[in-house]
Amino acid sequence: MDARERVLALGLPGRRDEYWKYTRPESLTDPEVARAAVLVPYEATLFDSVDRLRIVFIDGVFAPDLSDDLSLSGVHVERLCEVSRMDIHWASELYGVLEARSHSPIARPLAALNTAYATDGVMIHVTEKATKPVNLMYLHRSETSDAILHHCVKLEEGADLTLLETGPAAARFNKSMEIDIADGAAFHHVRAQGRDHERRAMTHTFARLGRESVFKSFTVTVNGVLTRNECVVELVGPDAVAHVAGAVVGDGEFHHDDTVLVTHDAAGCRSRQVFKKVLRNGATGVFQGKILVRPGAQKTDGYQISQSLLLDDDAQFYAKPELEIYADDVQCSHGSTSGAIDEEALYYLRSRGIPRTEAQDMLVLAFLAEAIDEIEDGALARDIVAAVEAWLGRRRG
Amino acid sequence: MLEIKNLHAKLEEEDKVILKGVDLTVGAGEVHAIMGPNGSGKSTLSYVLSGRDGYEVTEGSAVLSGHDVLEMEPEERAAAGLFLAFQYPVEIPGVGNMTFLRTAMNAQRKVREEEEISARDFLKLIRIKADKLSIDADMLKRPVNVGFSGGEKKRNEILQMAILEPRMCILDETDSGLDVDAMKLVAAGVNALRDDGRGFLVITHYQRLLNHLVPDVVHIMVDGRIVRVGGKELALEVEENGYSGILEGVS
Repeated sequence: MDARERVLALGLPGRRDEYWKYTRPESLTDPEVARAAVLVPYEATLFDSVDRLRIVFIDGVFAPDLSDDLSLSGVHVERLCEVSRMDIHWASELYGVLEARSHSPIARPLAALNTAYATDGVMIHVTEKATKPVNLMYLHRSETSDAILHHCVKLEEGADLTLLETGPAAARFNKSMEIDIADGAAFHHVRAQGRDHERRAMTHTFARLGRESVFKSFTVTVNGVLTRNECVVELVGPDAVAHVAGAVVGDGEFHHDDTVLVTHDAAGCRSRQVFKKVLRNGATGVFQGKILVRPGAQKTDGYQISQSLLLDDDAQFYAKPELEIYADDVQCSHGSTSGAIDEEALYYLRSRGIPRTEAQDMLVLAFLAEAIDEIEDGALARDIVAAVEAWLGRRRG
Repeated sequence: MLEIKNLHAKLEEEDKVILKGVDLTVGAGEVHAIMGPNGSGKSTLSYVLSGRDGYEVTEGSAVLSGHDVLEMEPEERAAAGLFLAFQYPVEIPGVGNMTFLRTAMNAQRKVREEEEISARDFLKLIRIKADKLSIDADMLKRPVNVGFSGGEKKRNEILQMAILEPRMCILDETDSGLDVDAMKLVAAGVNALRDDGRGFLVITHYQRLLNHLVPDVVHIMVDGRIVRVGGKELALEVEENGYSGILEGVS
């Protein structure tokens, strides 16, 4: 069944679907794209101090003039639309393949839609340790852009890549990434979803992990009227490690949904899900995270935490943590909390002369720290902290 | 320096009056001690002065060097020179001790329209001050008070005091939970800060701290009021006869 047929078979998501209970999908599937003002014409500050290979897209279209020369030792990059014979390309075993496998137990029609209608994207083949990160930069210039991008990343045995994603991308953005990580390979992913307030995004990250491989993905989101990030990880080789983390700061008309499925299908794998959301002024957060341990996946170590800090009575957080375990020698834990700011801590900071708003921001950053700490690279983590600090500072005025 | 007049305060959420007319004046360069039995309102006085939520001042005033502190936010009181060393310092996971101290210092400087201290100068300053209080680099790097022993928390309070150099220091049972050596260290830290321009209000249950931190004036507080005022010998009297003995003398 090809992707178009999958879309027809699955149908578009609706409010009756269990996994769309807390997030309204209409504006993601509506033929008409809601206008999204372009606030930052060229957002180029994040990771500027990092030596990286930049691949730039404007409203979902590759922009060669703004991109670096796509040559990097051990890394081969091609555009999706320039792959003339997909049937004989390495990506034929990846493009739409992880997506197609992901519809059970939860249908993901918007991912099938992406596979069927993606217009651009990159196929990244990594054969050794990349000497610097690759940064996919998504610029947003048109108020009504509707972009569909699909990337594939294949890491050969022992290969290592850090992939950065930055920028608001488009008024509406549907992006998929399928990542195949061979034995002993490592993939690090750090993403900052852009600053434009009115943008909408629907993203899927699919990863398949081989023996002793590593997948670490972190996302920070501080804007967007609607964002749904789905992450589907399959641990198919033994002793693999998967971390998925997210830090969210939402204010006002803001809805953010993390939907995660980590499947342990081999012995001795470790997985972590760490999601933190700071919400205020009507902002809504959703977390639907599941650890599925298949029969035979003994010695699994699974951990999941989702927490929200609600800064006022108008903010909302919905959490649906799930464990489904079919092996008997496993260790899995999950926790979910929702709370207000610690008034004792706030008073303590203020009693030392730190103004209320600044003290509150310090506590917000402290709350997010556990998620940001999931980023292994210190320099990247510092840039993320600085970006969140700057955002909080702008809000403070 | 600090002038408290007829101060009345109650818990906001219930009608429980705790301070029932406190009068107390601490002059510059003086060390005053407040002693009193459990529940007499000593800690409440420190909270009301520093601006903690949950208390309502119903009558009276507190003026620090011309500032009506009761009208100010806690951070404004701090910038005006008021400092409370907490009885139970708060643990703040995720906020580094150094970051906290530097942010506090610069926030106060900003209010006073002074220049921010540079990272380098701050590091120099904190090393010197921390060393005197036997605070090692590890304690400075850790999150505020997280994983600190009781003694370490109290030393960390004194370190903050040494860095922020407040005009008026209130120490709320800083000696509680300390062994003799830790208490001497803390007292030495406080004594090092004593000068003509700075006042201290030391709240304590016991006389032993006052052996190391000798007060000019001792106040006995009972049921929300100061019932007796005397010199340092008053603390010895408490030690000998207990508060009941003192109360008999009063009534």
